[in-house]
Amino acid sequence: MSALQIKKGSNKHSAYNLRPTFSDVEESHTLAVIVDNEAGVLARVIGLFSGRGYNIDSLTVAEIDHEGHRSRITIVTTGTPQVIEQIKTQLGRIVPVHEVHDLTVEGRAVERELALLKVVGKGDKRVEALRLADIFRANVVDSTLDSFVFEITGTSAKIDAFADLMHPLGLSDIARTGVAALSRGV
Amino acid sequence: MTRQMTGAKMVVQALRDQGVDVVFGYPGGAVLPIYDEVFQQNDIRHILVRHEQGAVHAAEGYARATGKPGVVLVTSGPGATNAVTGLTDALMDSIPIVVLTGQVPTFMIGSDAFQEADTVGITRPCTKHNWLVKDTAKLSTVIHEAFHVATAGRPGPVLIDIPKDVQFASAEYTPPQKVRVSHYQPQVKGDMEAITELVAALETAKRPVFYTGGGVINSGPAASQLLRELVEATGIPITSTLMGLGAYPASGQHWLGMLGMHGLYEANMAMHDCDLMINVGARFDDRITGRLDAFSPGSVKAHIDIDPSSINKVIKADIPIVGDVAHVLEDLLKVWKSRGRKVNREALAKWSAKIDTWRKVDCLAFKQTGRVIKPQHALTRLEALTKKYDRYICTEVGQHQMWAAQYLTFEDPNRWMTSGGLGTMGYGFPASIGAQMAHPESLVINVAGEASWLMNMQEMGTAVQFRLPVKQFILNNERLGMVRQWQELLHGERYSHSWSEALPDFVKLAEAFGAKGIKCDDAADLDDAIMEMINHDGPVIFDCLVEKHENCFPMIPSGKAHNEMLMGEASTKDAIGSKGAVMV
Repeated sequence: MSALQIKKGSNKHSAYNLRPTFSDVEESHTLAVIVDNEAGVLARVIGLFSGRGYNIDSLTVAEIDHEGHRSRITIVTTGTPQVIEQIKTQLGRIVPVHEVHDLTVEGRAVERELALLKVVGKGDKRVEALRLADIFRANVVDSTLDSFVFEITGTSAKIDAFADLMHPLGLSDIARTGVAALSRGV
Repeated sequence: MTRQMTGAKMVVQALRDQGVDVVFGYPGGAVLPIYDEVFQQNDIRHILVRHEQGAVHAAEGYARATGKPGVVLVTSGPGATNAVTGLTDALMDSIPIVVLTGQVPTFMIGSDAFQEADTVGITRPCTKHNWLVKDTAKLSTVIHEAFHVATAGRPGPVLIDIPKDVQFASAEYTPPQKVRVSHYQPQVKGDMEAITELVAALETAKRPVFYTGGGVINSGPAASQLLRELVEATGIPITSTLMGLGAYPASGQHWLGMLGMHGLYEANMAMHDCDLMINVGARFDDRITGRLDAFSPGSVKAHIDIDPSSINKVIKADIPIVGDVAHVLEDLLKVWKSRGRKVNREALAKWSAKIDTWRKVDCLAFKQTGRVIKPQHALTRLEALTKKYDRYICTEVGQHQMWAAQYLTFEDPNRWMTSGGLGTMGYGFPASIGAQMAHPESLVINVAGEASWLMNMQEMGTAVQFRLPVKQFILNNERLGMVRQWQELLHGERYSHSWSEALPDFVKLAEAFGAKGIKCDDAADLDDAIMEMINHDGPVIFDCLVEKHENCFPMIPSGKAHNEMLMGEASTKDAIGSKGAVMV
C-alpha cells in the first residue's frame, strides 16, 4: 500500500481513504431511501456518493406515491460498516430525504431485478437458448427468425448466471433495471 | 386577507417578515426587479459590496457576530459563481446564510442565455439545500422554508435561484405563520440514557477534559452559559477548537487555550493524556486530531453533536449523544445535580497539578528584541490595547490567523470570526464589514496577512462608502507565511512562489480609497500607532511590517500525535516524515 493507503487496483482516489476504518471488512448493503420527488433530488443523492467517494453498485428510482410526490430510491452499496453508517447518516441529512432504511440490517429483504436480453442465433444455439430460458423461467417478449428478447426477473445473481449462459449462445444486448427491494414480513 | 404581489415584492416582504435588516449584494440584469423593490423601501438596508464573494463573507461575518442568518442578493451567472467560495466556507463552518440569486427567465433556462449558469447544479454540493423557484405562487413559502433550513439543526448556507419572469409575475403572498410545518425537524433533545451514562463517566473520571467547538457558539448564548456553569461546577479543564473560541472565557480558571495543530501545549497534552474526553459541538477535524491512531489513546470519548453524521465519522464515540448543545447541557446539568454533584475531586486536583506543569512550559513565549516587530509582539500589544473595548475580531487565513487565536483572548461567544473549515484567504475583510454592520458602535478589527488581505481588498470601497470604521490590522511579512513555513519544513527551504514582489504601498492604497493608512515598522512606535488606529473614526489600513521569517509554533506536524509537538525552531529538523508530507 502507498502512503495514501489506497489499495492497489482501487478506483477510489479519495482523501477519505486516509482514514483508518474501524473494520476492514467490506459489506454489501441495500438501502431504501424515501424522498420528495422534486427536481434535483436524485442529483443530491448520487452527488453525495460521488463527492464523498462511496460506491454505487446498483441504483433504481421511481415515484411510488403520485399524490404525495414521493419516490423510492433503492441503492446497493458496498463499504466497511463505518462507511455504511456514514452513508446512512449523510443521506439522512439531505433535506428532501424522509426515510433511510438499511434493508440488509432490518432483516432479510426480498430483492429482485428485471433484465431484458437479446440473443441472436440460429439452429441448435437458438433451441438451446430457448431451453435454458425455460429452466430460468424467462419469458420471450419478442421474437424474429434469428433473435429472441428474453425477460427475466430474479436476484442479481440469477440474472448474472443467465447472462453467462446466454453469452456463447449469441447474447448481443442486455438491459438491467437494478435492484428493487422490500423488507419481508410486517 | 389575500395579498397579491409580484415575485420581486414578495422577496422583500418575505425578508422583512423574517426579521432581516441587512442584505449584502450586488445588482445585475437578472435581479433588477428585486433591486427595484429594494430601492422603494427603507426597512432593509442594502450594502453594496465590490465582489459577490465579499457579499457572502460579509453575510457570514454578520451571521457569526449576531447569531442571525446573513442574507445575500446577487445576480445570475457570474454573480452566482462568485458566491460559491463563500457558500462552501459557510457550509464547512456551519454558518446560516440565505443567498438569493437571479436567474434568466424560465423560458430561456437551458438555452445558454447571457449570464446563465446552472446555479442550483453548481451550488448543490456547497449548500445545505437549494431551490430553483419556477412559480411565483411558491416563492414566498420557499423563502420562509429556506430560513428554516438555514437555521434549524446544524446551520448552513441555502440558496434560492429566482428566474426573472418569476420576479415579474404576480401571485398571492404567504406569510411565515401560514407556511405548513416543514418535515425538516432535526432532533434537538439528547437521549437521556446516553446523557446519564456521560454523567456517570464524569463523576468518576480521573483526567477529564472538555473539548468544545463551534457547535456551542451556533447553539446560541444559552449553550455558552450552560457550558460555563458546567465547567465551573465540575472544575473540569476545557479546551476549544478555533471555531469555538469565546464559548468559555479565556480568563476562566479552567481554560487551557486552543487545541490542535497550532494549539497550546497544555491543551494538546491534556487531550492526549485524558481518560474522559467530552466533545461538545466539535467534529474531530484533522487539524485537531493529528495522527488518528495515536489520538488520545487512553480515553473514553463522549460526543455531543446535532448532526448524526458527525458522530463516528472519524473517531469512534463511546458515548454518542445526538442533540443541540444547549438542550443536552441543560439535561446533563440537571442529571448531574440530581445525582449529588459528584466529581472525583482528589483525582481532579492531581490532574490539575499535572496540567500546571504543562502550563509552565509557556509554549507561547517569544522574545521581542530590537526594533523589528515580531508578529507575536504585534498581537500581544493589540490585545493589551484593545482588550477593554467592545471588540470583534476577524481574521484572514494563515500564520496571522493562528497567532491571533493564540495571543488574543475572547471572553464571549460571537466575538471571533475566522474561516476554520475551508481556510478561505480573503474571508476576514468582508467578514469584518458584516460584523461592523451588525455592531456599528463596536471596535471591529480584521487581523490579516498582506497576501490574504489583497484577495478581497476591493471591499475597501464598501467600507468607505458605508462609513464602516473597520480596522485592517495587516501583519505584513511580504510572504505567504504559512506556505513559506511548510516549504521550510517539508520542501528543503525551496520557497516556490511564496513571496510576493510588487506589494502595494498600503498607506497610499488606503488614501486612494479615501481611508486612513498607518504604517509601522518599529517596535518602539507600535503602541502609539495602534492607538492612532483605534482612535480614528473611519476605516484604517494598518500596515504592520513584521519579522519576515517567523514560524508559527507550537505545531503538531502532519502525521504526528498530540504529544509530538514542535515547540520552536530548534525542533523542526526532519520533523515531518514522508507519510506526513502527503497530508495538508
